[in-house]
Amino acid sequence: MAIDHDILAVRIAPQDDPETDFFWASGEDGKLRFKRCQSCGYYSHPPTPRCPKCLSGEMVPEVVSGKATVLTYTVNVQQWVPGQEPYIIGLVTMDEQDDLRLTTNLVGVPLDADNIIGMRVEVRFLARDDVWYPLFVPEGTPE
Amino acid sequence: MSNPERLSFISGVGRSASGRRLGRTAMDLTLDAALEAIADAGLTRDDIDGIATYPGGDAIMSRGFGGPSASAVQDALRLDINYLYGSGEGSAQLGSIIEASSAIAAGLAKHVLVFRTVTESTMQGMAGRNPGGGMQRMGGFLMQFGAVSATNWFAQVAQLHMHKYGTTREQLAQIALTCRTNAGVNPRAVYRDPLTMDDYLNARMISTPLCLLDCDVPVDGSTAMVVSHVDYAKDAPHIAAHINAVGTAQIGRPSWDQYEDMTSMLAQGVSKHLWSRTDLKPADVDVAELYDGFSIITLAWLEALGFCEQGEGGAFIEGGQRIARTGELPINTHGGQLSEGRLHGYGHVYEAVVQLRGDAGERQIPGAEVIVAANGGGPIAGAMLLTKGIRD
Repeated sequence: MAIDHDILAVRIAPQDDPETDFFWASGEDGKLRFKRCQSCGYYSHPPTPRCPKCLSGEMVPEVVSGKATVLTYTVNVQQWVPGQEPYIIGLVTMDEQDDLRLTTNLVGVPLDADNIIGMRVEVRFLARDDVWYPLFVPEGTPE
Repeated sequence: MSNPERLSFISGVGRSASGRRLGRTAMDLTLDAALEAIADAGLTRDDIDGIATYPGGDAIMSRGFGGPSASAVQDALRLDINYLYGSGEGSAQLGSIIEASSAIAAGLAKHVLVFRTVTESTMQGMAGRNPGGGMQRMGGFLMQFGAVSATNWFAQVAQLHMHKYGTTREQLAQIALTCRTNAGVNPRAVYRDPLTMDDYLNARMISTPLCLLDCDVPVDGSTAMVVSHVDYAKDAPHIAAHINAVGTAQIGRPSWDQYEDMTSMLAQGVSKHLWSRTDLKPADVDVAELYDGFSIITLAWLEALGFCEQGEGGAFIEGGQRIARTGELPINTHGGQLSEGRLHGYGHVYEAVVQLRGDAGERQIPGAEVIVAANGGGPIAGAMLLTKGIRD
């Protein structure tokens, strides 16, 4: 389930935030979670204390399938950090809800592939310093 | 007067020196621009009774992104004023000008000094580039994935636009090429050498599909204006750049990656709002000064403002003739931020005023009487329609 090698030479850690800490720790058991409204079922990202649809305060992290489709992407080439190799930033839409989106990295996808938009992908986690970064690989990639 | 914004006009404009690594302080540049704007308006500092700026704050802490605070300028000029405003929130950089207009409409001030100062070139030269610096609040779920630069964020917009609508790099190039051509006749532009399609296509990639020439050029410089009550128009030394309408609406999620239509940005709601506040139509616009922090932003504004349908921006600018100074809709007649330099939104408004006055010299668009100025990209957006002379 895990990704060992980081494609980023420097990965910026999330800031401590009681609202979002669950998100960055979720991958410890290999599962991705988003806050979901217990009243109307809406997933909210970034996480919010009330449901932005029905305003219920019952927002609970729930496991999702981890499967998604790439909405758009970019290959970053500029070396913001010296020595950094090109890498793919992707924006993926989770299967659970058509506006449940996450910016992430696409790993194991050729940089020059011409079919990245629309590609089916699934989550894998990169663990660093008690943060589990949700990254995505092509669906069906062997674990 | 049908809209409160028509109670105000831009009476004066001023600019400091601008360029790469001037090595001067933000306050030094700001006072040059401010005093020039006040004199240009036919006023003295004692006439100024309001100050507004974007984003407010401190130039060193912000590594050159912010200029001096409004209150620091108030103090530097020893002004007693009735209205003060400085914020990075609001209708992009234009928000500070719209705030001045609103203060005048509310009777809180008669002559508001507005300014925008950047010293990013010098600060980056001293301390290196700081991609995403100061943008943590905007990039809370972006930076962790190496999306550390606004280039990355807009690259994804451009990528989807190309995928969904068939927009090509050759089409997008016309924004950069047009700006460079216009900068060639602007003595204050930092990049004036001719640019070819080959230059564009061979420029190094930053974040696909955006190359170096799709990104604006950081400079140091300050731009200032005076926004005055229309009662002053008959006494002002220059013909009024009248504020006909503003667009300030925030429609949809204000986010880099959560906005519903990722081929566009919040410019869509701002543009609808703008046109709802005037009888003028896109076809009435003589010149468009559209924010170009990245080329794709200008394309998105062209579509959002209704100069073409959503998705047809690539075809609209194909070949570049339509948006050239001799075309039906000249854009960024000063060279934009891509070639004149990143005066961060105010450069576009300054140019709009100069064009409306007929003072643009070699780059003057004949008959420029209605100009739209748009600022900002992604979740940050504001627009303003200016006319030559006061129109009810």
